[in-house]
Amino acid sequence: MNLDPEFLRELFSALNKGLFVSLQLIIPSALLGIAIGIVVGIVRVYGPKPLRTVADGYVALFRGTPLVAQLFMWYYGLPNLGIMLSASAAAIVGFGMCSGAYHSEYIRGGLLSIKRGQLTAAQALGFSPVATIATIILPQAIRRALPGCGNEIIYLIKYSSLAHLVTCLDLTGEAYGMAARTYEFTAVFLVTGAYYLILVSLATILLARVEQSLSLPGFERKRGPQ
Amino acid sequence: MTDSPILGAANITKRLGGKTILDNVSLRLDKGDLKVLIGPSGGGKSTLLQCLNLLILPEKGQISLEGRDIHPRNKRELSSFRQQVGMIFQDFNLFDHLSAFENVRIALIKVKKLSRRAASERAEQELARVGLSDKGGLYPAQLSGGQKQRVAVARALAMDPKVMLLDEPTSALDPELIGEVLAVIKDLSLAGMTMLMATHQVGFSAQLADEFMFMDQGRIVEQGSPKELLVPGTRTQAFCSKITELAGEVPG
Repeated sequence: MNLDPEFLRELFSALNKGLFVSLQLIIPSALLGIAIGIVVGIVRVYGPKPLRTVADGYVALFRGTPLVAQLFMWYYGLPNLGIMLSASAAAIVGFGMCSGAYHSEYIRGGLLSIKRGQLTAAQALGFSPVATIATIILPQAIRRALPGCGNEIIYLIKYSSLAHLVTCLDLTGEAYGMAARTYEFTAVFLVTGAYYLILVSLATILLARVEQSLSLPGFERKRGPQ
Repeated sequence: MTDSPILGAANITKRLGGKTILDNVSLRLDKGDLKVLIGPSGGGKSTLLQCLNLLILPEKGQISLEGRDIHPRNKRELSSFRQQVGMIFQDFNLFDHLSAFENVRIALIKVKKLSRRAASERAEQELARVGLSDKGGLYPAQLSGGQKQRVAVARALAMDPKVMLLDEPTSALDPELIGEVLAVIKDLSLAGMTMLMATHQVGFSAQLADEFMFMDQGRIVEQGSPKELLVPGTRTQAFCSKITELAGEVPG
């Protein structure tokens, strides 16, 4: 393994550049994924039949096909329909759509865990169906879905490494270039792995903070022995 | 009694899964009435209450509020109707993610569109009315069953309902907590609130109710003042004495 200072300096400089690109992919696609997941989750539980079928189809398609194939469709396939996405746009849309399918499943579970009486009580007070979902059901369901959604965000950080396949010079892209130039695969990917580990650890801390800030009596993050 | 009732139901029929749950039920609630639905479980009391609030839509029949027929397909009219008909549930159904205070306030802001300030003031008043001013900051998970039900009453009262429907409000409570909820209901009745309550608290009801309605198999089979019905030979009397015997309660 090469530990030459010149090599290491070059490696860290390349990986730092890649990290910056990765963050620019991960953050927007995580937000996009959550937004899609919430909308699709609601539609799958409360939507009218035709819309529900469309939402179920979306989830089946995006959970059922490899992410690589999806990314290639966004980047190389869409131009055949006259739609050109930049490499990073294709990656963000690709990650967001895939992540949204998984998030929707966690949100759906959260929605189904809310007792029917919550809905009945809101209706009895004159809430419209939309207001009932937005102000009564969703705030509870999201708290229940949060651990699962956090899990999905952590997956997303790692599968963002596929972005280099659509020519993004993200963390893995830079690492791959470096390794190909120097043949130092072990050193390069050992360090790259550490970068992802740090990213995931930071995300875990952040997610725990979010969970803690949304924690309420009856919706605790941790439940001790009764 | 020729005036329009506050809440009227005419010929309500509801079927579920081929079974007739409500069979041509009619009733009226006039101002200040406290009427009590009693009868065996599965007799249709709960379904009737939910039909009266149009939480369940009956196949046949008409609900009216102060003489005006309600059309459930009209969303505005339905929301306005439900705001005027308070509903109390057996298992409270407080919003679990909101504090007691927010539970009372939320519909004032989101449904009645009051300012936050006006809504907060009103919520304070209603919590005080049920004796829970000091518990406003607590969440449902931190309240006893009796406290939860009193918050639910405050939440319904904040909407200024013209009538209250109570679906076995004390059935899910520990025996020692029933009294505090009944006391709130009694205060409401004495203050002139129009109410229809399904309950097994026959002793309490016999003292306060203007009318008993005995329901079985989707029909009101006996109807009259507690005095008229609590005499030997009626189904009401047989039912009530069985309950009071089991509860060790002296018939009221």
